[in-house]
Amino acid sequence: MNFDSFSDFIAMGGHGFYVWLSYAIALVVVVINIVNPALQKKKIVSDLVRRLRRENKSS
Amino acid sequence: MSEKKNWMPRWFYQLASPRWSYEIMGKLLPGFAVAAFLFLIAGTVWALLFAPPEAYQGNSYRIIYIHVPSALLAQSCYMMMAIAGAIGLIWKMKVADMVAKSCAPIGATMAVLALATGAIWGKPTWGSWWVWDARLTSMLILLFLYLGVIALYSAIENEAMAAKSAAVLALVGLVNIPIIKYSVDWWNTLHQPATFKLTERPAMVPEMWLPLLVMVIGFYCFFAVSLMMRTRNEILVRERRASWVKELVEKQ
Amino acid sequence: MGRIVTNESANSEASSVLSLFGAVLKRDLMLAYRKKSDLFNPLIFFLMVATLFPLGVSPEPDFLAQIAPGVVWVAALLATLLSMESVFKSDFEDGTLEQTLLSPQPLFVIVLAKVLAHWMMSGLPLTLLAPLLAVMLFLPAEGMSGLMLSLLIGTPTLSLVGAIGAALTVGLRKGGVLISLLVLPLYIPVLIFGTSAVQAAVTGLPLAGFFALLGAILALGLVLAPLAISAALRISVSG
Repeated sequence: MNFDSFSDFIAMGGHGFYVWLSYAIALVVVVINIVNPALQKKKIVSDLVRRLRRENKSS
Repeated sequence: MSEKKNWMPRWFYQLASPRWSYEIMGKLLPGFAVAAFLFLIAGTVWALLFAPPEAYQGNSYRIIYIHVPSALLAQSCYMMMAIAGAIGLIWKMKVADMVAKSCAPIGATMAVLALATGAIWGKPTWGSWWVWDARLTSMLILLFLYLGVIALYSAIENEAMAAKSAAVLALVGLVNIPIIKYSVDWWNTLHQPATFKLTERPAMVPEMWLPLLVMVIGFYCFFAVSLMMRTRNEILVRERRASWVKELVEKQ
Repeated sequence: MGRIVTNESANSEASSVLSLFGAVLKRDLMLAYRKKSDLFNPLIFFLMVATLFPLGVSPEPDFLAQIAPGVVWVAALLATLLSMESVFKSDFEDGTLEQTLLSPQPLFVIVLAKVLAHWMMSGLPLTLLAPLLAVMLFLPAEGMSGLMLSLLIGTPTLSLVGAIGAALTVGLRKGGVLISLLVLPLYIPVLIFGTSAVQAAVTGLPLAGFFALLGAILALGLVLAPLAISAALRISVSG
């Protein structure tokens, strides 16, 4: 453990803003790359279900 | 041709089947997701809490644990996209096309992440948000190459045609990347005073590079997860008329 | 006896390739000559872009002399891009391109001839016009030879790489902006070495290295770009 206290950890020796901004952006990018395909899949499946229903009705 | 079949591993041919690929990726996904989660969490905690501060840059160097893995990933993702595209072109393998298409957005976001962290790191180190450093500039051009590929994908409506065209473009880019890198490095030494060297750090101690290794592995696992999710989506869309997809949807 | 025959057949093959190359080149030049606006528009654009810099930045001779190599090169790059869209467009629209792809003639040669024709209508006039711009931008006289030579070796590469983008987008309705997006990042090495050559010429540094690099890039482009262009054309035309 490098930091004596929690406020030290947040401050990062005066560079807290840069370090935390970087990690926040990284978190956002990673989450987007997981959530986006997950939402996409939901939409694709619901579209397919709707299409299948329509086809079954018409036949 | 029959000889070729013998030396090519079986899974290579099975990969050509969208259904088999969809199922195998579904099986692999949870494992990679767990690994990515564990490695990324462990790496982040290690990087932020336990890695020692750097002699010259203090704690701001901790950005390296994001910057380096994302930059590595952005580069290898482009290579993977081009190689998958080439496999799609040569063997007419649909799944390879889909993998190549799924690589593009991930690689582009990774390039953005590498650029953003590089810029943020530049502020405390160089005193400005942007410096025309050779590596940052190369990364910016890599991002442009990704954006070109994505633009080409979205401009062509026919899926098969878009995949082939983008594969050609990605291959042309792959040939160009070393030339671009060389020219930018060379241009940079001409324009930049040597004081702006961020990359020439003293050799890292194990306490510093071990968490970096963990983060790199974590990023690659995350890439595998995101890539498989996107590729599975792509398979569903392009195989929507196949009976197995209909059965799959009916089950849900 | 057999050897003589193969020699002869090889000879006739080479001459037929040459005559094919010449025929395509002549045809494209003729078409361009008949449609003069395609020839002159990029040149006018080249002049206009260069005029914008003194107006937009500063008319100070010292300052202009400093940025002149970059401005001329960037303007040449954009002018080439502007003319790029038309390389395969009219052939695609009237069906000539499809016939060309179906013909047994080697596509590599046809494509190379078309690119050469394009260069003779864009890169070559740009190179000849460059001294005028250089004078307007106060480029020192020592830099003139470097500028002309670097443009002469560099612009063929621009045409070759640009033709890949043109071939990829030929079937699309809005290809223009897309070509720039695809091709501009690939132009960067040529831009870097081209402007550096001019700067080296201005400061009196040795030039041979830059021309060797530009020549190496051109050689690589001559071998690889026609392959990519052919592949892209086949994809764009027949899917």
